[in-house]
Amino acid sequence: MKNLALRLVIVATTALLPLTGIVYAQESHIGNLTGHAKTGKELYGRFCVGCHGPRGDANGENAPYIDPKPRDFTAGTFKCRSTPTGSLPTDQDLYNAIDRGFNTTAMPSWDPLTPQTRADLVAYIKTFSPRFAKEKPDPPINIPSEPPVDIASIKRGSELFQKLECWKCHGQEGRGDGPSAATLTDSKDQPIHPYDFSSGSRFKCGETNADLYRIFMTGLDGTPMPSFADNVKPNEAWDLVHFLRTLQVGRPSPENNVLKAAGGRSILAPATEQQPPAAAPEKKGSGGN
Amino acid sequence: MRKSKFCLAAASILLPSLLFAGDLTGKVTVEGTVPKPKVIDMSKEPACAKSYSTPPTTETVVTGPSNALQNVVVYVSQGANDASAPPPAATTLDQKGCRYRPHVVALKVNQELKIANDDPTSHNIHPLAKTNREWNKSQPPGSPPITAKFDQEEFIPVKCNVHPWMHSNFAVLKTGHFDVSKEDGAFTLKDLPPGKYTITAWHESLGTQTQDVTVGAGATKPITFVFKGK
Repeated sequence: MKNLALRLVIVATTALLPLTGIVYAQESHIGNLTGHAKTGKELYGRFCVGCHGPRGDANGENAPYIDPKPRDFTAGTFKCRSTPTGSLPTDQDLYNAIDRGFNTTAMPSWDPLTPQTRADLVAYIKTFSPRFAKEKPDPPINIPSEPPVDIASIKRGSELFQKLECWKCHGQEGRGDGPSAATLTDSKDQPIHPYDFSSGSRFKCGETNADLYRIFMTGLDGTPMPSFADNVKPNEAWDLVHFLRTLQVGRPSPENNVLKAAGGRSILAPATEQQPPAAAPEKKGSGGN
Repeated sequence: MRKSKFCLAAASILLPSLLFAGDLTGKVTVEGTVPKPKVIDMSKEPACAKSYSTPPTTETVVTGPSNALQNVVVYVSQGANDASAPPPAATTLDQKGCRYRPHVVALKVNQELKIANDDPTSHNIHPLAKTNREWNKSQPPGSPPITAKFDQEEFIPVKCNVHPWMHSNFAVLKTGHFDVSKEDGAFTLKDLPPGKYTITAWHESLGTQTQDVTVGAGATKPITFVFKGK
């Protein structure tokens, strides 16, 4: 009899063990939607596992053929956030990422899925990193309303572009060909390219001016793109947004119209003097590009 | 009355250990062949390149006279029991000549680290943390120091993405008893009460070593760590 009681205890404990996992299993909250990890798990197995892998560690069977690599959810580090650098993203941030997809990568927009499906996926994705059970995301950064686009703002933005040395990676014309561009790697030591503004393509983290503001204020965690929040005031950030839009030369925008009307690029801050090609230690053939 | 008795008891336990607390000194050396420092090509950052009369070299392994090994984090990994003690005062990291000064920073969990940029160029500070938060902040010339804290024990590689040769390491430790070996390989672990300790020495590319040490009431014999090259 005693033996039976002991057995019961053991059976009960074994049955309860997975429950500890369920305690950590997360819900997601996006507006009125509540996502459930349990449903999300099945959906993940259908839509996401091929690239992100069964363990969410970016080792899906397609992963070796993909560049840039899929996101490793176990690290709990995400590019597109509304929260400061180092913080977890909000549920809404993850939802937006699934909704939007990542331009210039293998990650498509999952817009065809229902909002509930996407919310369930968010809940399941959060179970891969223990961070989501231990921490809460910091409050999203505040984005004040955008001041009007005028030439003075664009000009101040061009000065900031020099002062903050954005060109070190993005290049003086924003073509993603700055002096440091070739050596950039992400936090998993994979080569990574700075955004080429001249392509005019959608940013990975959205396409509006507010998205652009958010990108350089939060930084893209896990990549070389740092946060500038400590050094750029809100009004300066809008100036920088207005200037950056003019680097998307072929993309019709109010910024490009204003700059054209004011006489074009020559009125902007001159490029910081780049060094003459170093004479001494440069090896043969390593000049040019 | 009871309180004062308790205080007395506490004092009689604590006082001798504080009174007899001593310093544990030692030296770190390396045997065998270690990679030679390589010249860093800073031509893409003239502002930094021109601050060197002789070309700067990499600091992956830095040796001194008589095989001394620099930049080794030596700390009490067991026996200190000071995890709940308040962290030491803030420590600093400078970015100067597009290098980190010091190359390796040891700090206690939640100790403040002030990161300054003394260069006329922008840096970004990017601790590639796995247990702690990974963050990445830009620091243009003339901006105020960044204050950082790490709340988990971890050895964190740190880099500046703009200047790919810039590497540092933050050794975030549970103990306040630590030191980083100097040019002559010397280190001092201060104020260790008599007792048994495990001392760990960590080097960014040569690995980790441990030693058990008993600290008595008198002066403790200096200890030595010998790392092996390849």
